[in-house]
Amino acid sequence: MKKTPLYDIHMKLGGKMIDFGGWALPVQYSSIIEEHKAVRERAGLFDVSHMGEIIVEGPSAFEFLQRMVTNDISGISQGRAIYTPMCYPDGGTVDDFIIYQLEEDKYLLVVNASNTDKDYEWLMEHRVDGVEIHNVSCDYAQLAIQGPAAQSILQKLTDTPLGEIRFFRFAKDVEIAGVKSLVSRTGYTGEDGFEIYFSADKAVELWEKIMEAGEGEGMLPAGLGARDTLRFEAGLVLYGNELSQEITPLEAGLGRFVKLGKEYFIGKDALVKQSEEGLERTLVGFEMIDRGIPRSQYKIYHEDKEIGLVTSGSFAPTLQKNLGLALIDSAYSEIGTEISVIVRKRSLKAKLVELPFYSRKAKKPSK
Amino acid sequence: MKVLAELKYSKEHEWVKLEGNRAYIGITDYAQDALGDIVFVELPEEGAELEAGDVLGAVESVKAASDIYAPVSGKVVEVNEELEDAPEKINEEPYEAWIAVLEISDSSELEDLLSAEEYEKLCEEEA
Repeated sequence: MKKTPLYDIHMKLGGKMIDFGGWALPVQYSSIIEEHKAVRERAGLFDVSHMGEIIVEGPSAFEFLQRMVTNDISGISQGRAIYTPMCYPDGGTVDDFIIYQLEEDKYLLVVNASNTDKDYEWLMEHRVDGVEIHNVSCDYAQLAIQGPAAQSILQKLTDTPLGEIRFFRFAKDVEIAGVKSLVSRTGYTGEDGFEIYFSADKAVELWEKIMEAGEGEGMLPAGLGARDTLRFEAGLVLYGNELSQEITPLEAGLGRFVKLGKEYFIGKDALVKQSEEGLERTLVGFEMIDRGIPRSQYKIYHEDKEIGLVTSGSFAPTLQKNLGLALIDSAYSEIGTEISVIVRKRSLKAKLVELPFYSRKAKKPSK
Repeated sequence: MKVLAELKYSKEHEWVKLEGNRAYIGITDYAQDALGDIVFVELPEEGAELEAGDVLGAVESVKAASDIYAPVSGKVVEVNEELEDAPEKINEEPYEAWIAVLEISDSSELEDLLSAEEYEKLCEEEA
């Protein structure tokens, strides 16, 4: 298994290590529920160094990326992060990721760990003159500090006024405890917070400094388990569950990141067609009425008709409910519709509810 | 990890506590620790007749669902309904939080269960 530069720290902290797409990472340190709560109420620190980093650069890099991804990156500027799916010609999804412009003609793609090699190869297959592509995943460490106290904790370690970095914006060359970092106001938890990219050889040092700064603030180190329940409550999709080669971003409810008006991108024809003909399947959220927890791949029925599958399901620690995301026949996707979920051969009642399940109160980052 | 000397154990990490021909069934400290926060318990039906190895119920942590098996054959004569509202009791007091009571139909099956010492060894091998 591959190890992040923080492997020894995870072991020291009593992390329960699991194999996550070939990476040895902690699913939890103390308790998924405790770590989840810490992020919602205070702060949590995640090692996300397994994420892949790919550099795309050169005089044709911008046009190249515009053709590769579904979102329109013409609004990208140094300082703005753009989230986008990347599709196959049939509209199925290669991956979803964030693009940062580092310099003129130089872009950083932060991709799902398990898709890194696939993404790199897909990009290389379509590479044109004037574009260079490098998989630099091993050079980068990435930490995510998430939660309402994230800014005040991180601010202790830097002179850069973090309040000036607005949501989905970033700043380069920020010194955090003396470590030069790219700091992005993004995350995968539904809370305010930052993702910090920096040189892998500084990982232990920066982790320890941030942990120190979080002492007395109720911050906890948090594992993949909490990361998953947090993103799930916030209705954020996970590649491999809500998105895949067989699921288009439109079906996954990501239409606002698919710019069908763009001149060209791979998958455009298929997605235009899907959009015009109407979606056969739709991603929905549901809440259990009967006692039981839905899990990925459980079958969903409407009366006697099988209408789809659960993509993610869990007990939601903040909402204290058993909830699920599911890809179902669009004909049954109206909020309030009663469905059945097959849990261990038993048919349990549930009803469709609005997404996201959880949304933090809109608040402007404090200066 | 806590293992109680006076109990019997199954290879699937259930414990069995005998009172006459009544067997209290729960999951071990090792099992609850491996599962993490338990958020749901599915109890068997009272009156159900189970063979050793049949699914008795299920416990679910935040991450996953795990079946619980009947360590011995018997009839379900009591279930611990308290766990439906407080599944976390299994994490807190695994040897108090019994899941069901079986009226044993074949006491010779008890000989197939593990002693505390044997069970401890099994856990060490799995760890």
